[in-house]
Amino acid sequence: MKSRHKKLSIIAVALVLVGGAAALVLNAFQSNLVFFFSPTDVHQGKAPADRVFRIGGLVKEGSVKRQPDGLTTSFIVTDTVQVIPAVYTGILPDLFAEGKGVVADGKLGSDGLFTANRVLAKHDENYMPPEAAHALEQAKEAGKTLKTY
Amino acid sequence: MIPEIGTLALILALLLALTQAVLPLWGAQRGNLTWMSVARPAAFGQFTFILIAYLCLVYSFLTNDFTVINVANNSYSNLPAFYQFTATWGSHEGSLLFWSMLLSVWTVAVATFSRTLPEEMVSRVIGVLGLISVGFLSMLLITSSPFLRQFPGPAEGSDLNPLLQDWGMIIHPPMLYMGYVGFAVAFAFAVAALLSGRLDAAWARWSRPWATVAWAFLTLGVALGSWWAYRELGWGGWWFWDPVENASFMPWLAGTALIHSLAVAEKRGAFKAWTVLLALITFSLSLLGTFLVRSGVLSSVHAFAVDPQRGAFILGFMMLVVGGSLALFAWRAPRMVAGGAFTWFSRESMLLANNVMMVASVAAVLLGTLYPLFIDALGLGKLSVGPPYFNAVFVPLITPALFLMGVGPLMRWKGDSVPDILQRLKWALAIAMATGLLLPLTLDGYKPWAVLGLGLSTWIALTVLIAFRERVKNASQLFTLPRAFWGMHLAHLGLAIGLAGITMVVNYERELDVRMNVGDQAQMAGYTLTFKGTENYSGPNYEGTRGTVIVSKDGEERFTLYPAKRVYNRSGSVMTEASVRPSLFSDLYVSLGEPLNNELTTWAVRLYYKPFINWMWLGAVFMVVGGFLAATDRRYRIGAKARATADSASPNTQGA
Repeated sequence: MKSRHKKLSIIAVALVLVGGAAALVLNAFQSNLVFFFSPTDVHQGKAPADRVFRIGGLVKEGSVKRQPDGLTTSFIVTDTVQVIPAVYTGILPDLFAEGKGVVADGKLGSDGLFTANRVLAKHDENYMPPEAAHALEQAKEAGKTLKTY
Repeated sequence: MIPEIGTLALILALLLALTQAVLPLWGAQRGNLTWMSVARPAAFGQFTFILIAYLCLVYSFLTNDFTVINVANNSYSNLPAFYQFTATWGSHEGSLLFWSMLLSVWTVAVATFSRTLPEEMVSRVIGVLGLISVGFLSMLLITSSPFLRQFPGPAEGSDLNPLLQDWGMIIHPPMLYMGYVGFAVAFAFAVAALLSGRLDAAWARWSRPWATVAWAFLTLGVALGSWWAYRELGWGGWWFWDPVENASFMPWLAGTALIHSLAVAEKRGAFKAWTVLLALITFSLSLLGTFLVRSGVLSSVHAFAVDPQRGAFILGFMMLVVGGSLALFAWRAPRMVAGGAFTWFSRESMLLANNVMMVASVAAVLLGTLYPLFIDALGLGKLSVGPPYFNAVFVPLITPALFLMGVGPLMRWKGDSVPDILQRLKWALAIAMATGLLLPLTLDGYKPWAVLGLGLSTWIALTVLIAFRERVKNASQLFTLPRAFWGMHLAHLGLAIGLAGITMVVNYERELDVRMNVGDQAQMAGYTLTFKGTENYSGPNYEGTRGTVIVSKDGEERFTLYPAKRVYNRSGSVMTEASVRPSLFSDLYVSLGEPLNNELTTWAVRLYYKPFINWMWLGAVFMVVGGFLAATDRRYRIGAKARATADSASPNTQGA
């Protein structure tokens, strides 16, 4: 009888611990998912206002401007249909360039300006970040349906 | 001609692998010694042919044979010869061949060093390794041949990814793969034990050194990967919780759990079913790691759709290995006899706690790594799991394990008394708490995470000292201690060192992005850095711009750093080459950002001060050395066979 009680209490403690760990994991998981939105999605108001999310597309030609402090750069992300103005302070990755694919994490201000806290570095001239390619693809498809209408 | 010889050698190796798998396994089942005796010659033969295939690939790379598609895609005639050599494992196909070769190396090692084991066991282990090899070799031949040709070949290759052109990349993949593949041996031992129904302490003793060696290689591989990222990615990071890193970290965590639970299985005959399960899981995670990184699924899940045959093969192979071994486990595990009993306050229960927390960490990392892939594959949108998730989950799960790490090794098996342990550890506990609470006062800012990290690190280091003090009465005894004792404590000390390094660099590193004109100065952690401008230079396959930064302290010139930008001729890729001044207590790290004017006199420059960062890798070195010491302990080297017979006579042996 005594050993059965002991076993039961060990199982109970184990369950509580596992439950606690699971709660911790799921809570952290929930609050750290970074969702991806294309510029078109953002214009349709799909992106969250108070949460970090990811945008991707092309850096619009002629849009990259450096601010006087030298380290803040403003640029425009486009999926060829819609545009999102963005700003980033810090050193940009080597392959950041006008007309190239870009992916950035950050928050959207109420003024519609996307403040990036991370611009992803992908070191390959021919490589399009998958999210950027996805945004362009979606925009293309949307364009097609518009035409057939 | 040479690539065709390579293909032919692979076909012959596959036939030998089939032989190596079927005959010994069947022979062991039937008790037929003639069939079992095929195992060793087949393993040696397979190794020979895979080596020939691999040398053919090396030859194609070194002679710039661009009719071989793999060479054309991953090499370049101006690439330095040693990078041409390492490019052999730079691609999906090449790395699979390299994997197969290492598997045959491990198989040959098992065949050589297991002469004292019962023939039946060895046959089964070599047979299972043969089965795995059949999977890899057929994948090489059917979907991923490195010897495919195109005629006419291009005049020039498209160069090796510039990121891989670093000497960290020369040694990182072989070490990592030695670890991944090494767990195949632990896996094979587990499957062999399930097949034979002989899951006893002897089995644990045989497979333990193999698992420990594999773990040591994997530790080295993961550490080198992090060191490479730090130096080569250019932006000072050393761990990003990137899927590529997680892919190697999960088998490491599972492998760590495995080597600890093997200790219980060997010494006390308990946790046997759990240990077998861990061996299966660890190898499955190694396979997952290989495929995650090497199949292209990470850059896009649609890589699978582009080449459905390859994707189907990988998924099928994984399902066969994981599903098959788990099914075997479910069928055989209930037959296992329970081991010795123990109380909640014993070395067993501490090791159990270690295992639970390691496995929980694996599950958490696995969730964060695979969830985005599933969501994407199901077409439910794109998302990523940010590094904060992994930090938020990993730190609380690993902290109790680190604390218990100090207690466990000092406890007795079966059961110990709480007041006794308290008595032995009270000083260590007091000093560790004092260090954790007081040391950050002398540092740049009082941070709770620094208190926790430094306290735990001191705690682990002190308990290692106590272990030595209790065991050693005079200095000469140090040399007569078993290697296993040295190994375990060196590895634990290594973790304490690494933990101190991580704590310091995470809490007290400094980062500064500055705009620098020629002659401008910047201050960083007591150093004055003067930017002297840039000059052009060229390497064998790139053109570069190199900056000169003179570092002085207290008005005295100390050293010069040369951060650079490279543009690789063939691919046009731009690479940031950071310049690092390493030392035992801190690194000074300078990266060149972008030029801010057309005359190239003003640059964005990133400066880092990284205190104690090298302790991380130093700690890993301790762990690796510890692993190799423990694996070569005297008791594994002598009389395994004699004891094996003794063990099977009394299946419930308690071990040494």
